Formats: sequence, structure tokens, C-alpha cells
Amino acid sequence: MSNLKALPIVPADPAGTVQREKRNGRGKGPKPPKVRIKYNRREAVAGYLFILPWVLGFLVFTLGAMIYSLVISFSNYDLATDTATPIGLENYTNLIEDPKVMLALGNTLFYAVMAVPLEIAFALFLAMLLNRVGRGAGLFRTLYYLPKMTPSVAAASVFLLLLNGNYGAINRGLAAIGIQGPQWLTDPNWVKPSIVLMTLWSVSGTMIIFLAALKNVPVDLYEVASLDGAGKVRQFFSITVPMISGTIFFNVLVLTIAALQVFDQAFLLFWRNQTNASPESSLFYAVYLFQQAFRNFNFGFAAAMAWLIFLIIMIITVIQVKFGNRFVYYEGDRR
Amino acid sequence: MTTTLGTSNATVDPRLQAVGMQQAGGKSPASPGRAVRSVAGRVALWALLIGFALAFLYPFLWLISASFKPRGEVFDNSLIPKTFSPQNYAEVWDKLPLLNWMGNSILIAVLAAGLVTLSSSVVAFGFAYFKFPGRDLLFGLVLATMMLPGAVTLIPTYLIWNNLGMIGTTVPLWGANLFGSAFYIFLQRQFFLGLPRELFEAARVDGASYWGMFWRIAVPLSVPSFIIVFIFEFQASWNNLQAPLIYLNFGAVENFTVPLGISYAMTAFSPGNGGQGDYQWVMVAALIVTMPMLILFAAGQRYFIEGIATQGRKG
Repeated sequence: MSNLKALPIVPADPAGTVQREKRNGRGKGPKPPKVRIKYNRREAVAGYLFILPWVLGFLVFTLGAMIYSLVISFSNYDLATDTATPIGLENYTNLIEDPKVMLALGNTLFYAVMAVPLEIAFALFLAMLLNRVGRGAGLFRTLYYLPKMTPSVAAASVFLLLLNGNYGAINRGLAAIGIQGPQWLTDPNWVKPSIVLMTLWSVSGTMIIFLAALKNVPVDLYEVASLDGAGKVRQFFSITVPMISGTIFFNVLVLTIAALQVFDQAFLLFWRNQTNASPESSLFYAVYLFQQAFRNFNFGFAAAMAWLIFLIIMIITVIQVKFGNRFVYYEGDRR
Repeated sequence: MTTTLGTSNATVDPRLQAVGMQQAGGKSPASPGRAVRSVAGRVALWALLIGFALAFLYPFLWLISASFKPRGEVFDNSLIPKTFSPQNYAEVWDKLPLLNWMGNSILIAVLAAGLVTLSSSVVAFGFAYFKFPGRDLLFGLVLATMMLPGAVTLIPTYLIWNNLGMIGTTVPLWGANLFGSAFYIFLQRQFFLGLPRELFEAARVDGASYWGMFWRIAVPLSVPSFIIVFIFEFQASWNNLQAPLIYLNFGAVENFTVPLGISYAMTAFSPGNGGQGDYQWVMVAALIVTMPMLILFAAGQRYFIEGIATQGRKG
């Protein structure tokens, strides 16, 4: 539900895990239904009762909400009277004609293309550092993880001042080594990099997932490669990357979905203050959707916006899954 | 990640071993991390490690320092305040209703985390223990909902709470947690599947009810996964900005949560809005909202790391 936003979202079943689960079966768990299973009626009833809270929540806050959202997207919704007047496709045509929607979409896609590869590379680099350090890794892991614990509002309040183009610490530091820093918060070309910088600061969740994967790569593979004369770079691309390809793939999926929905940083740095004009290149899709819904109360339009981004996320995810399945190496090829 | 739902070592280990350890079982010896041998390599490694640590810590140090500076010096970028101004910490309580905000945030976070822990574990037990028609399909649906972008249900959810007259109250910030949450259901189910089924069979023979099996056997054995779920949701709720922005923003300032309040203060104090640039109080408030999370992490680090690593294991 909505409270999951802070956590990476998980692809439904990119690699057919559920399928695999069925085939593998499980030692202690219930057996997969190969032929018709006879269910114990009392047990089945109890099972339904246990999952009832989720079923109710699903019917109201997921399925019901989705249908409601679809209806609203084809209506002119008036909050005062709580009535939805059907207006056909008007919200969707308005959507396509609104230059700000396309602008926000472009900004968001541009940000995702910039942020995701950098996050992957940086998180993997940090994980590899930690994986090599042996003793003391725990301390550094803790230090690197602290930004992830920091509320976005506290991080933004600091970065707003650190990134200040005239007297912020980042530009002062750059000036000290002879570089003229950009106007991070007002130059249209630099607002997205400044959000990327904030995102990279709290990349440690991804790092932890990579670290767990790296620990699983058998060390003898590297030893054999060394004997064969493979250098460090070759080892990285021929052993590390294939062995953790599943994790890379998972992180790319999750980070892309998160990047397309980024809200907190853009809102806090640029759109919190309604009286202040911010560069249009900082208008992210989720921020514009929020403004339309909860500042202008254009619920129909905002619902249509939500469905558009849903569709785009679905398409991107499907492409990534199709593309990714070719590259991901599954140990023992259980697929 | 190569381990998947279907393999036994994918379950969350009750003893919560170090990251990755429980995945190591079986096929191949896990690497304990490749040590760097050459001296130059060692120096470079440690230089990088320490350099990144400083980069990650700098904003915290800057924040702590700024919170002790008087108004005019917040921007001066020296980590040691020229004028030491501890009175910021005394003044902030008068300038901002921080105590109210903290009370609201704590209440919401405890309710949200407590409810979702309970409801998710009940549902998870249903999926883990019982056989019933459509179970695997429904569980697939649970997993699928994790993929749904929040934007799609944002507006109807608002309208549902609006129809119930709950806008301006804290209920929308924890109410939906009564119904469980997909990731936590997944996590708890994995944990329950790791418990020996014989325990439950034995309890059954002794005449325990289904609820008794859950409450007297499954729950006491699953304290670690309860802690993971609780602290994850506590953090998510404590840090949440968007939901309070939607549901509380038009009410009285005293009813805000800490993140919403700080966002409000950042605007209210800015010179463009008639403020005087009193960011030192914002800094104190930002430090106060961050500290509980750092303490929570210090106290429950292994649970956080375990929970995060579990997310990767699903892929």
C-alpha cells in the first residue's frame, strides 16, 4: 500500500519465480497441486479467514481504487458535491495537449536515464570496496547506510543549503580546487544533476543488496581466472558481472520504477514554496500530478495522468524484463 | 540473485545470520570477501573507504554544526561554529510546535507499524500454513500489487478517506495498515515457511485451534521478523512526507508531522515569504527528526540489513 513507497518495489514475477516454486515444490510446505487436491474444508475456511484482512484491503484500496481511478479519469470530478460527471476522453486529450505534462514526463525520463546507471555503478563500486575490506567492513557499512535512514525532509533541508550556488559548501569546495561550480538549484541544466546527487548520497540500500550478492560469488572462480592470467578488469566483466547479473537486473528494475515516481526531493528542493518560481526543468511527473490533484483539485486530469505513468512504467518494465532475461545468468539454469 | 522463493535457503533465517551467509549453503563455498594483498592496493582501498565515509558523513556534520550557529552564520560552512549558539535548542520549541509534531509522528508511526506487523503476519500465516483453493493465485496477486505505482491509487484513496470524513485526521496515515502490506506479507510468509511444520502438527494433536497455532507457536518463534517489519514500517511512516502533505496540510500547523512541519518551516522562514532566514531552527528540527532514525538503526542494524538483503533475494 502507500506506505511501501519508501521501499523498493518488487517486480511481480520477472523470472517466473512462482512457476519455479511450483515445480520445485518444498520439503516441508504444502505440495503443488499436480492433480486435483482434496482440500480439508475446515482448514480451507481457516485459511480464507486468515487472509481476509488482505482480501478486504485489496478489494477496497487496490482493485476498488483502481476501478474508481479509471472512472474518475473519464469524468469531471467535483470535490464539493462529490460527483463524477462523465466527459469521455476529455481528460486524456487535455493531457496530451498540456505541454507541462510532456515537459514533466520528459524531465522524469531524462532523470531516470541519468540516475539509474549512476546509482547502479556507484552502489556496485561501494559494495565491491566493502567486499574487499575484510575486517572493518561492518563499520563502513554502517556509516554508508546512515543517509538511507535520514528522512528526506532533513536531507533536503541540508542539501538545499549545501547546493546553494553562491555560498553553498559544495561550490566553495569546488572553488577551492579551482572549479567554478554551477548554480545547482537555479540553472535549468543543473537541477536534475543536483537531485541525482541527493539520490546517490542515499544509494546504500542498493549497495547492501549488491554486497549480499557479491558474498555469494564463489572465490575459486577468481582463483582459476587468476591462474589463467585474467586481469582484474577481465575478472570483473567475466566473473563478477555474470555471477550477479540477476541482482543487477533486479536493482535496475526497482530503481527505474522508483526514479519514474520520484517526488520528495523534487518537491522539497523546488516546488515546496508555491510563491517561488523554480526552473521548469525541475518539474517532475509526480510533482505535477500532485499539484493537479491536491492544489488545483483537478482529480479527473490527475487520475488520467496516473494511468499514463502506470502505462509507461508497465511498458518500460516489460521491455527491461524481455531484454534482461537474455543477459541474466541463472545458476544451474533453473529456468 | 540466484536463490528464489522455491529453494529452502531463501527463507529468512531465524537466527538472522550476517548478510549473505544463509544463501551460501549448498552449491558452492561463499567468498568471505577477497582480501587485497599488495600494500599499495591496501592504501588505495582504505583511502577510498575513508574518503567515501567522509563524503557520506559530511552532510550530518554540517547539519550538527549549523544547528549550533546563530542566524547569520548558518551558511558560513565552517564545521566549527564561530559563534557557539546552543540557545537554538532552547528557542526552537517556542518558534515551532515541535513537541506536537513529534507526538503526532510517534503516534502515527507506532500505530502504522504495530497494525501492519499484526495484520501482515496474520495474512502471511494464512498463506504459509493452510491449503485452500486459489491460494497460489492469490499470493501471486499479493506480489503483483507491490509493482503497482502508488500514483494510480493515490486519488481514489484520498476520495475514500474524504467520503469517510477522515481528511485532516491521522487515520488515513495508518488506517490502510489494518489490511496488511504486500512486502511484509511476503517477508513474514518466508519466515513462517522456515518453521518446522511438525511443531504445528504436534499442537494440532494437542487440540490447539488454528488461531492458537498462530498466536502461541508461530508468533513467539517469529519475533525477529516482527522486529524487521515493525522497524521498516516505523521508518517509512516516520519519514513519510507525501501522505501528511495530502491529508494534514490544510489543517492546523500543530497537527502536522515532523517532516511536514519542517517542510512548512523551511518555507515560512525563507526571506521570500516574509521570514528572516532563521534556518538555524530548521537545522535543529532536521537534526531532531533524524536522530530517532539513527538510534533505531544503531539498535536494530542487523534487522535492517537482513530486511534489505531479503528484498534482493526476491528477484
